[in-house]
Amino acid sequence: MSETTAFGTPDPAPSGPDQSGPVVAFRNVSIGFDGKPVLNDISFSVAPGETRILLGPAGVGKSVLLKLVNGLLRPDEGSIELFGQEIATMPEKQLFPLRTRTGMVFQEGALFDSLTVRDNVGYQLIGEGVPDDEIDARVHEALRFVELDDTFALYPVSLSGGMRRRVAIARALIHQPELILYDSPTGGLDPVTSTTIIELVMKERDVYRSPSLLVTHRLQDAFTLCTHRFDKEQGAMVPLPDGQVDPNTTFLMLEEGQMIFDGSIHELLHTDNKFVREFLE
Amino acid sequence: MHDHFGSQVTPHSSSNRQIFMATNTIERTAKQLVLTVQDYSLFAHRAVMNLFSAPRYWPEFLMQSDIIGFGSATIVLMSGFFTGGVLALQSAATLAQFGAAEVTGRFVSITMIRELGPVLTGIMVSGRNASSMASELGSMVVTEQIDAMRALGVDPMRKLVTPRVFSCISMLFFLTIVADAAGIFGGAAVTIFMNHQDGTQYFSQAWEHLRYPDIIQGLVKPLFSGFIIASIGCFYGMRTSGGTEGVGRSTIQAVVTASVLIIFVDFLVTQVLLTLLPPL
Repeated sequence: MSETTAFGTPDPAPSGPDQSGPVVAFRNVSIGFDGKPVLNDISFSVAPGETRILLGPAGVGKSVLLKLVNGLLRPDEGSIELFGQEIATMPEKQLFPLRTRTGMVFQEGALFDSLTVRDNVGYQLIGEGVPDDEIDARVHEALRFVELDDTFALYPVSLSGGMRRRVAIARALIHQPELILYDSPTGGLDPVTSTTIIELVMKERDVYRSPSLLVTHRLQDAFTLCTHRFDKEQGAMVPLPDGQVDPNTTFLMLEEGQMIFDGSIHELLHTDNKFVREFLE
Repeated sequence: MHDHFGSQVTPHSSSNRQIFMATNTIERTAKQLVLTVQDYSLFAHRAVMNLFSAPRYWPEFLMQSDIIGFGSATIVLMSGFFTGGVLALQSAATLAQFGAAEVTGRFVSITMIRELGPVLTGIMVSGRNASSMASELGSMVVTEQIDAMRALGVDPMRKLVTPRVFSCISMLFFLTIVADAAGIFGGAAVTIFMNHQDGTQYFSQAWEHLRYPDIIQGLVKPLFSGFIIASIGCFYGMRTSGGTEGVGRSTIQAVVTASVLIIFVDFLVTQVLLTLLPPL
């Protein structure tokens, strides 16, 4: 029997050809625009339950990589597997149902301006023809998760930058995705709001254990995710005991279109790679 | 004389280089044009074919019909009315020289129904709706809303483009009828109140000399114009790049291209229909 989630929906039954393997697997992926290479020979994977943090300076191709994961962009070369299915050459029509199994939080939220917060968060449910009462209940639940229940009837234009990101997180989570993609969720936000967003990411990670890929250029966010856990009883993030780190939160680093690091926080802090060391310092 | 790279520059080599650069520019522009036409053809094909398979977004279709149809009714009504009035003013003066001022009604109705009604409506709706489609979709592209829609498993072509194309085609058909009627009434107003001619004669001339080929010609053209307005507006909107400046550029391109295409296609359709349905 399927369990019921906090958003009032049955846990999605695992589907797709291969649920035991990695959720995402990149093999020798390259992409360029107007003849200029952006990503070159990228290989990595995201395992079930794993949170991968993609670091790198601005303009290095992090967002491009994230859009390759759910087929919003197509690679020039290489293979990309999502939920065990090859998507690099998959027709767009077949990609739509696969994308509904992922949730994506865009850099600036990418909320639909002409729709209310309710319609934004419940967008997928409206499209599926879910009854209005059920949509309302699930949207309220998702908004409570991001602590923005009072924005239900508002339009995105009346929300602050941080609130828009939180609504975007609620929209990404309402369908209980099997993979969550965060594109710089704290970019351009003040430190307090950034912490709130990171706490939400952590809450999602520790409560639902969904695998995720998070793009950021902010080291403090990455380290907070690694060294803290979400305490359900306190309803807040708390530091892990001395020296402990979350074993399922690991790092990737891009530089000039190349994947220069793939490993744990321990390996990151002790790497000899000159660029990584400079980035950390 | 030497150039920056130390090579000797002769008048002959300089002119060769200019020819080479000019050829390169022409080649690049031609390739770009062919590529744009190819992209547009594929885009238009997808927009049309989406209607024949699920999912179809009927609420979007109704909403767009309201925006395009009801929203454009006033400008179409006004422009049709005054165009008919101008036609009556201009033609009555000329026709009077030949002692044929009484055929003003016939002249106005045939001109409005066959030509000016469809073309004017197309141009007016293009200015209003091709621009709004290009800017709306363009803004959605640059703020990643289109990507967000795709990420949520919804096809933007089906959700945004196909309803706009079909609602524009159907609404332009009715708007053209409105423009034709307004034009005939505009002509009547000028004929009766300014030229002090007989209104009954005007309307009987307008009605009696109207033939089915005239009406068919007038009602086939808006189907093409409607398709051009929405498909061009959406096409330029969906390929917007370069932030808010890009949105402005797309809007201008959409209106200019749609307006020119409406007149060009009107010419082609007129030629074809005159061959198929020659005037009696």
